[in-house]
Amino acid sequence: MKLVIVDYGMGNLQSVANAFRAVGCVPEISRNPQDLKMADGIVLPGVGAFGDGLKKLRVEGWIDVLGEEVRHKNKPFLGLCLGMQLLGTTSTEHSLHAGLNWISGRVERIRSDDPAIRVPHIGWNDVSFTKKNGLYSGLGDSQAFYFMHSYVLYPEDPTVISGLCSHGIEFCASIEKENIWATQYHPEKSQKAGLRVLQNFLDMSR
Amino acid sequence: MLKKRLIPVLLLKNGLLVRSELFRIHQVIGDPVYEVKRFNEWNVDELFYLDITKDDQYDLRRNDHKVKGLDTPLLILDAVSQTCFMPLTWGGRIRTIDDMHQCFSRGADKIAINTAAFRSPELINQSAKLFGSQAIVVSIDVFRHIDGRTEVLVDRGCTPTGLTPEHWAREVEQRGAGEILLQSIDRDGTGRGYDLDLIGAVSSATSIPVVACGGVGRYEDYADGIRAGASAVAAANIWHFKEMSDRNGKRALAKAGIEVRL
Repeated sequence: MKLVIVDYGMGNLQSVANAFRAVGCVPEISRNPQDLKMADGIVLPGVGAFGDGLKKLRVEGWIDVLGEEVRHKNKPFLGLCLGMQLLGTTSTEHSLHAGLNWISGRVERIRSDDPAIRVPHIGWNDVSFTKKNGLYSGLGDSQAFYFMHSYVLYPEDPTVISGLCSHGIEFCASIEKENIWATQYHPEKSQKAGLRVLQNFLDMSR
Repeated sequence: MLKKRLIPVLLLKNGLLVRSELFRIHQVIGDPVYEVKRFNEWNVDELFYLDITKDDQYDLRRNDHKVKGLDTPLLILDAVSQTCFMPLTWGGRIRTIDDMHQCFSRGADKIAINTAAFRSPELINQSAKLFGSQAIVVSIDVFRHIDGRTEVLVDRGCTPTGLTPEHWAREVEQRGAGEILLQSIDRDGTGRGYDLDLIGAVSSATSIPVVACGGVGRYEDYADGIRAGASAVAAANIWHFKEMSDRNGKRALAKAGIEVRL
């Protein structure tokens, strides 16, 4: 199968590619939106600010092709971290930005009055699975994954949530909606459990 | 619940792995890539890799010390990130946004800046805006004077700044840093335990995670660091000179009632 990682200049693509290699798939890192047409599965990683991320997707011509391949042709899609947040309707990071609106919902900063709750939320936290197949096949009811973020996506429709995590507030750690999967945590940095999530995504893409 | 992290710190000098004492004495202990493989197999929480080579000074007695600029350390980073499915923070000699780009594109998840952040604090704002706060660690090296006063030092602990750690920590947080690596210079390599007052002062002054480092001699020291307010406890030497250092460190934390990833 051909897996394409979208390179829109936001972050750590090599780690994502290395992790997929470790589970037996050699992905293509692409700067050319047309490559998505030949892809069997698409990965949108991303580290950085929401506004910059969306701007780069637009300027480099990814948005229409992504919409066509993922929303119309229903190709398996995996969004990671910022790549999940960008699917929302709006974000309040730095100022108000519009997202791709594939998943109705707002992206907002984690807020807590508890001084023990530090933001950014950095480190290993438990995700309890509300959808136990899909990405979490073979992983039981919950696992710890590595998080590194200050903002979270609050989906309007709770049925798209596949995993929940808590840091001062309970928030959506992952999403599953038809052919769209996304995680707020970094599976590529979450050792064995994370590699299993990527393996499960590959299995569903085949 | 977010778990408290236990973090090995690897120190790179002139392309070789070293152990450090009081920021001055550095002994070569091994191969920079092999150690990472070992930690990856141990399933450690994450790894900090700090290049402490001086910019303008080389060991002329050795012809294998050809490290100049960031190039050679970055080759090590390439090799490291291919075997490492855990979060990696890279620090040392990062001066510009371009240096940061280099580190991120080669597989670092976070970068740590120290002297550059002090010399041009605007670098913190720029980098946090570009890469997100969660990717920017500011490393703060602190010296406790004989009268008990604490002061931030830069240039690998050589240059006094006149700043208190609390003051500087608040400023780096306001500028957008996402995490603080708090190192005690006078505890470095001594095994006397963390400077708990320092950890308490800096964590109460800020609301971002604080990673404590410097002074661990026994596994029981970790829990003290967490109780003093750290979100993560780091150490260097103990990881090299004791057996099963991850397992035993985690066990000591769990025994003290602290939630860790086992």
